[in-house]
Amino acid sequence: MKILVAVKRVVDYAVKVRVKPDRTAVDTASAKMSMNPFCEIAVEEALRLREAGAAAEVVAATVGPAASADTLRTALAMGADRAVHVLHDPDPARPLLPLAVAKILRALAIQENPGLFILGKQAIDDDCNQTGQMLAGLLNWPQGTFASKVIVDKEKQTATVEREVDGGIETICLDLPAVITTDLRLNQPRYATLPNIMKAKSKVIKKVTPAELNVDIRSDMEVVQVDEPPKRKAGVILSSVDELLDKLKNEARVL
Amino acid sequence: MVMAAALLAGALRRGRAGGGARYFAGESLRRLVSTLVVAEHEGGLVKPSSLSALAAAEAIAKENKVSLLLGGSGPTLHKAAQHAASSHPLVNEVLVADSDVFAHPLAEPWAELLRSVQQKGGYSHVIASSTSFGKNLLPRAAALLDVSPVTDVTAISEPRVFVRPIYAGNALCTVRYTGENPCMMSIRSTSFSPTTESMPETKVAPITQVDLSFLNEVSSRKSSWVNLTSQDTERPDLANACVVVTGGRGLKSAENFKLLEQLAEKLGAAVGATRAAVDAGYVPNELQVGQTGKIVAPELYIAFGVSGAIQHLAGMRDSKVIVAVNKDADAPIFQVADYGIVGDLFQVLGELLRKMPDKK
Repeated sequence: MKILVAVKRVVDYAVKVRVKPDRTAVDTASAKMSMNPFCEIAVEEALRLREAGAAAEVVAATVGPAASADTLRTALAMGADRAVHVLHDPDPARPLLPLAVAKILRALAIQENPGLFILGKQAIDDDCNQTGQMLAGLLNWPQGTFASKVIVDKEKQTATVEREVDGGIETICLDLPAVITTDLRLNQPRYATLPNIMKAKSKVIKKVTPAELNVDIRSDMEVVQVDEPPKRKAGVILSSVDELLDKLKNEARVL
Repeated sequence: MVMAAALLAGALRRGRAGGGARYFAGESLRRLVSTLVVAEHEGGLVKPSSLSALAAAEAIAKENKVSLLLGGSGPTLHKAAQHAASSHPLVNEVLVADSDVFAHPLAEPWAELLRSVQQKGGYSHVIASSTSFGKNLLPRAAALLDVSPVTDVTAISEPRVFVRPIYAGNALCTVRYTGENPCMMSIRSTSFSPTTESMPETKVAPITQVDLSFLNEVSSRKSSWVNLTSQDTERPDLANACVVVTGGRGLKSAENFKLLEQLAEKLGAAVGATRAAVDAGYVPNELQVGQTGKIVAPELYIAFGVSGAIQHLAGMRDSKVIVAVNKDADAPIFQVADYGIVGDLFQVLGELLRKMPDKK
């Protein structure tokens, strides 16, 4: 079985982003970029499934500008076998939407014929939490979203997925092929070692365009403006619990 | 001439002047607004988060015709349908999908249900709440309908113009949906207060059974529900609680979280946690507050031993009053806190437990 993993290049999770003065977008020009943390977890899970004998090959894919190749190299250095880069230069006013990404990934799934497609549950830049579900819908495959545990049964061609839901942990069973999206507690992604980073340089990254995949990138969303969130007024440091209780009762009136 | 008059009337009704073509489009949109709200229910009642989705429907248009969709089976479904029928003045009909298939929240049959109901009803808008159910279902259904949904809407300024947080709430993005109907969205329930005005006794919407013949056409079932393990707790629901007390890594152990629970007991509060506390095994994952956990906006949020990472702030920055107790005076949490105490959290917690009056 082959596993396809989708990864996204985003502003590093530790960077506090600023809105551009013209309010058209978030300023990402000089920000440090990294692989989306949920995508790292997706790569790690695919590698673990391969190491456990449940999969033979792990293919990483991304949709993005030329610079996104770095993210694919990271996935290859972690241990992915090869990669596919769907080149797309985004327009800030008409961002690439999850539906378009899902259609591109569907085209890749049809080409590659994987038994499992693993994605992160959301990208930490657009915070959409949509692509995996849309991909599953387009392919008419079952979906296991927000996964905190995945067990693949090769014989039965099923995956048992524990999901993080509002009320606790839900377990579902999916027929393969399926789409799984990762939650934070699925695993602890490995670091790429220097030898593996060197080895990754000789692994293949295939480049394609959405047009070659016959995917029409349509955007039905227009960014009107981007604003800073309202600032909270400065707080005060209190010296005692009594003072706190007094403030909560008489000033904030929340007790 | 007729069109000009209509434009003028439209502009007058809206009470402000502006570009004519936009208003004409606005007016025609307004007339065609009809919304499907995908609701969740529990114990025979529509969940509060779904009542917030009804408030969002009202924010789209005051004269919105709302159909409320409920799925499941058995007596609790029908009790919930009755609750739904009188839950909001805009509810025009309640659609009930009564089948074992919908007893569990599996995205595959639910997305087919949503597609079928949308194709029959031709709604201009479809709303679900950003719960794990809504987030799982809505994008799949949107893909089946070939439209792009909007995640986590926090404000609605026009029927197709929405505000949503991006970058862990560090920016607010206003987007205009320009695609085909339906315009689909998940809403952040803490941003829309459910209506409190009581409904006139006479206004009860009709309850209709959904035609489920589409289920026969759907190919064999590809997913099955196994079980749900949840922590039974008497605490109020985290997402809707008025007061939330949260512990971070500074709590040091699961044992110490019991102290927080005691305080929560006194305050009638829900207990929350940071990712660090969940990862360390102090509390179960469903208590996590943040970008990837639950979003809360209570009246009072008290954080003990929470540093205030970007990802945590994303889940609580809209709380009305924030209190932080941390021994590190430079912790970022103090930048959003209204009241802070720099000191040992166990001392403060102990003192609060002694001095806090019993409530609720």
